[in-house]
Amino acid sequence: MTTALLYGLAGIGLAVLGLRGSLAQVSLLRRLLALNLMGSGVFLMLGAVAYRGPGLPPDPVPQALVLTGIVVAVSATALALALGRRLRETQDHD
Amino acid sequence: MDGIALILLDALLILVLLGLAWATLESRDPRRGVVLFIAFGLVLALVWARLAAPDVALAEAAIGAGLSGALLLAALRDEPEAGHDPSEPEPATPARRRLPSLTNWALGLLCLGLGLVVTWAFVDALSVADPERLAGQVMARIVESGVSNPVTAVLLNFRGYDTLLELAVLLAALLGILALGPERGGYAPAGPVLAGLAGWLIPGLILTGGYLLWVGAHAPGGAFQAGAILAAAAVIRRLAGDRAAGLPQGLALRALSLAGVAVFLGVGLALLVAGRPFLGFPPTWAGTLILAIESAATLAIGATLALAFVGGRPAAWDSPQQRRALDPTQVRNQP
Repeated sequence: MTTALLYGLAGIGLAVLGLRGSLAQVSLLRRLLALNLMGSGVFLMLGAVAYRGPGLPPDPVPQALVLTGIVVAVSATALALALGRRLRETQDHD
Repeated sequence: MDGIALILLDALLILVLLGLAWATLESRDPRRGVVLFIAFGLVLALVWARLAAPDVALAEAAIGAGLSGALLLAALRDEPEAGHDPSEPEPATPARRRLPSLTNWALGLLCLGLGLVVTWAFVDALSVADPERLAGQVMARIVESGVSNPVTAVLLNFRGYDTLLELAVLLAALLGILALGPERGGYAPAGPVLAGLAGWLIPGLILTGGYLLWVGAHAPGGAFQAGAILAAAAVIRRLAGDRAAGLPQGLALRALSLAGVAVFLGVGLALLVAGRPFLGFPPTWAGTLILAIESAATLAIGATLALAFVGGRPAAWDSPQQRRALDPTQVRNQP
């Protein structure tokens, strides 16, 4: 219980830090880093909910959701980087 | 005594995690930010191990830290911001521009308020919710799922729709990347040390990927971790000077990228024809069907993440015939 609470609060802290960064940063790369940190914070919250204490099997459903989320996050990051490169190329041509 | 040691470990892990996240966002040099982000991912993998989630720990280390880091570092190569020498005084690039202080404060206050609301909801949910959650239901039906690793059972059987759609998201992202332009420039051919290291590492990585795919049925592992390891082998090949990153050409590459969604959908539709619900595996066949889907998904995830690192439409995407047909110089040279 304490462990779940501790890591859940850490996850919320990360999500807030990432959200603020993704809104306040200016460069695309920093925004992407911030968004990834925010995603990690949300995953950590889910992981904290899944943890049921020492000796008990954890809840596999949130863990499976987090696995799905990690793969979606990396594909979104890759697409955003490709979009950013294309954006810079078109700006350079002007 | 044991309890105190664990609480100290928890406190230490959380402090390092939050500190690395803060440093990632506050670092002046973007390259340093990316490296700190990779370190953050590795510490997060430790946190997952602490929270009894070894499947997620493997995925975070391989994908969250490893491949995301490789993608970001590769993107930094063509980022003008990163081109200057870090020892020089910082030029006034747009990246260092700050928001007006009033907006900055309002933004901070807004995020803090949101964080407090989420904290309230989280603490409330944690104290009220059934302590058993869904674990009991999964454990009660796991013998019918065809695998004994509960996370794989949820991913491939109980919530197969999620994973099918996730593979579709991966495919959509890949199509976006391919549509946005040609690949990034390749790397110089490797020197003897890197070439030798690649020669040792790549077979080991392929073997590890196959092992993780197989072991995922009854222990931590599975298609995502295995696919990420295959993609890591491709990244090393590309860094060692192979432009195509070891990927096949033309139709084979297209088939590989589609394999995950195609086999998953095919199995689902075949079950529908056989009179079962969509993706409702019969318990006797479930293990075999899940392995078939996971094998295809591993190859597709590996190819997709490798193509994401290549960063655009590679020359190998079209078959040699198509390339000849598309290339204007070839057409002109024909008699």
